[in-house]
Amino acid sequence: MFTELNSILNTSPDSYTRGEFILVSDRQSDASFLIHHFLSFYLRARCKVCFLGLAQSFCHYSAVSQRLAKEKGQLVFFEGLKECLSVLTPKENNVESEAMNFLRDPPVGLRSLYEFVRSSVIGSDNMEEGAEQWGPSVLLVDDLSVLLSLGVDVGAVLDFSHYCRALVCSQVQGNMVMLVRCNGEEDDDDDGDIGSDVLLKGLTHQCNLNLHVQGLPTGYCKDIHGQMEVCWKRRQGDAPHMQKNLFQYKVYDKGASFFARGTSSAVL
Amino acid sequence: MLHNIDVISSNMAAPVNSVCKTSADRLQVNCTSFQKKTRSKLISIPGTRPSVQNGQLLVSTGVTSLDYLLGGGLAVGTVLLIEEDRFDSYSRMILKYFLAEGVVCRHELFVATAQDNPDEILQELPAPILDDVAVPKPVEQPRLTGEPQDILDAMKIAWRYQNLPKVQSALASSSRFGHYYDVSKTMEVEIRQAAKCHRFYLPDHITPSSAAHRVESYSALLKSLQEVIHREGFDLATPMSKSRNILRVGLHSLGSALWGDDLCCHDKPRHSHALTTFLYGLRALLRSSLSVAVVTLPSHLIQDRALMGNITRLCDNAIALESFKGSERETNPLYKDYHGLLYVRQVPHLNCLARQLPDHKDLAFKLKRKQFTIERLHLPPDLSETVSRVSRGEPVGVASACGSSASGTKNLDF
Repeated sequence: MFTELNSILNTSPDSYTRGEFILVSDRQSDASFLIHHFLSFYLRARCKVCFLGLAQSFCHYSAVSQRLAKEKGQLVFFEGLKECLSVLTPKENNVESEAMNFLRDPPVGLRSLYEFVRSSVIGSDNMEEGAEQWGPSVLLVDDLSVLLSLGVDVGAVLDFSHYCRALVCSQVQGNMVMLVRCNGEEDDDDDGDIGSDVLLKGLTHQCNLNLHVQGLPTGYCKDIHGQMEVCWKRRQGDAPHMQKNLFQYKVYDKGASFFARGTSSAVL
Repeated sequence: MLHNIDVISSNMAAPVNSVCKTSADRLQVNCTSFQKKTRSKLISIPGTRPSVQNGQLLVSTGVTSLDYLLGGGLAVGTVLLIEEDRFDSYSRMILKYFLAEGVVCRHELFVATAQDNPDEILQELPAPILDDVAVPKPVEQPRLTGEPQDILDAMKIAWRYQNLPKVQSALASSSRFGHYYDVSKTMEVEIRQAAKCHRFYLPDHITPSSAAHRVESYSALLKSLQEVIHREGFDLATPMSKSRNILRVGLHSLGSALWGDDLCCHDKPRHSHALTTFLYGLRALLRSSLSVAVVTLPSHLIQDRALMGNITRLCDNAIALESFKGSERETNPLYKDYHGLLYVRQVPHLNCLARQLPDHKDLAFKLKRKQFTIERLHLPPDLSETVSRVSRGEPVGVASACGSSASGTKNLDF
């Protein structure tokens, strides 16, 4: 959990807005460090977390945030890498993982994955004897662009995120954090990367808070790893109100620091 | 799961639809292998060493400068993507270095090709210089004995630069890890046959079928690789009592048309996600076993830059080679010391947040007989301007020493 980011976003594990959809996006950069922040944030806030880890193995996430789900049952982790092998290289005696069956047949869509999310979010309401009461459910997805690389249609991914938002944010009043990664320049005319740009635009429209990570416009710098744009969408009265802030950041071994433009410690 | 040997014993295969409940036991695991009190014994595998930065298990790629660029070596459980140069000469060379290093370290090899028979690549492996006592270039230039200290110490004119660190051109790490090879000779048959090598030659495995709903070659390759990993015991789930080894996987020219893929042929390929799905499955296999992969890809044939971006993201390390052969840069005096440029496209962050970013982005490589060096590209100062300024009054016939036609016409400027 990055304390500077908490103060930027004006949240803390003790007080945070519920029912929010936070979109973490990047363009030619890597915003996955923010996913680690939100993971440890919500675990510390004693929420029940459902984590779809599609990009990396479980040990990567647990090695970064060492305090990972000490309590029993707080974290439901879906390891995409492990489940995919049962579908990509099927064996006779192996039970296939239902949630990844879109790998076998991409037009099927992400329905099974949504069923998995639903069962872990809703299913938690039936408490066992002696199980602890956790806070609201939180869904973290790292990352949605992997689904596009695996052949899933953009429309199916948008539907999946909409269903999840309806389930997690509206129905259960929990939070949802999703990571989307883009290639290419924003105003590039060539239709190479239509998929992830459409996905990014669609999700930016749906989200309440967007953290957009990019490289520095002036080029590569070893001390400043990039810039992050924080964009809130709030409703004040009847009119939607958008507020944007720009920060630069540097990622360390176990954390990251954020600072206003031009105030990096390497410069001052 | 990345080669973290401490975790192997505790990372049992979870049931499908895994609800991964971590018990308190597993939390005693941490990144580094430098542990005084460990519950499981540290098993050392020949040819590997832990990283000094974060304790990852590393193997050498066979090229010491490349090891340095990648942060000490290639982490076990990861993929290195090499975007081929135009004629696939230097990328193939690096693949051969990688496999030769595996032979010398007694690792097992898995070579998959669609174009040439894997045996051809194996026969071309460079000969290791086994009795070599070559000292890798130290970081600090050593003082030559007998030379008066003040000449080296004090700078008289550029004294402000006295305290800046000396520029280190050649990228080399200070401790020896990896071996040197003589490119002019091929590895002797006895040495090569001592290593166990698994081959996957695509024409042997599938017959070309016209109605291909998806690209079958990649799934055949994935199945074959998984079978080898499981049969030879590279799986992390195998009990620890056996002695462990590393499997080096070399995949040549993935994505080319010979694999049945049309990524390189069409602007809008029909099965654009076949290769990316394969790379996802490859990552899954590698993370759960003691293996490391090097994949070469003819990226110059792929028109879609966004697709290249997706492919790069699904690999952990990625470099691109651009050779000067056949281009106008071959005869450019600025590049006369080098054979090509090297770009670092991606460096991973494994088990931590920070990446080992390279210091400089402008790198060039040259292949010498005994070493493949990667250096920072230094462009010399442009001397033609100063010379022409000095020689402005001189007649055109007496041209400056490094004068090109451009400086000649400056003197004719009326």
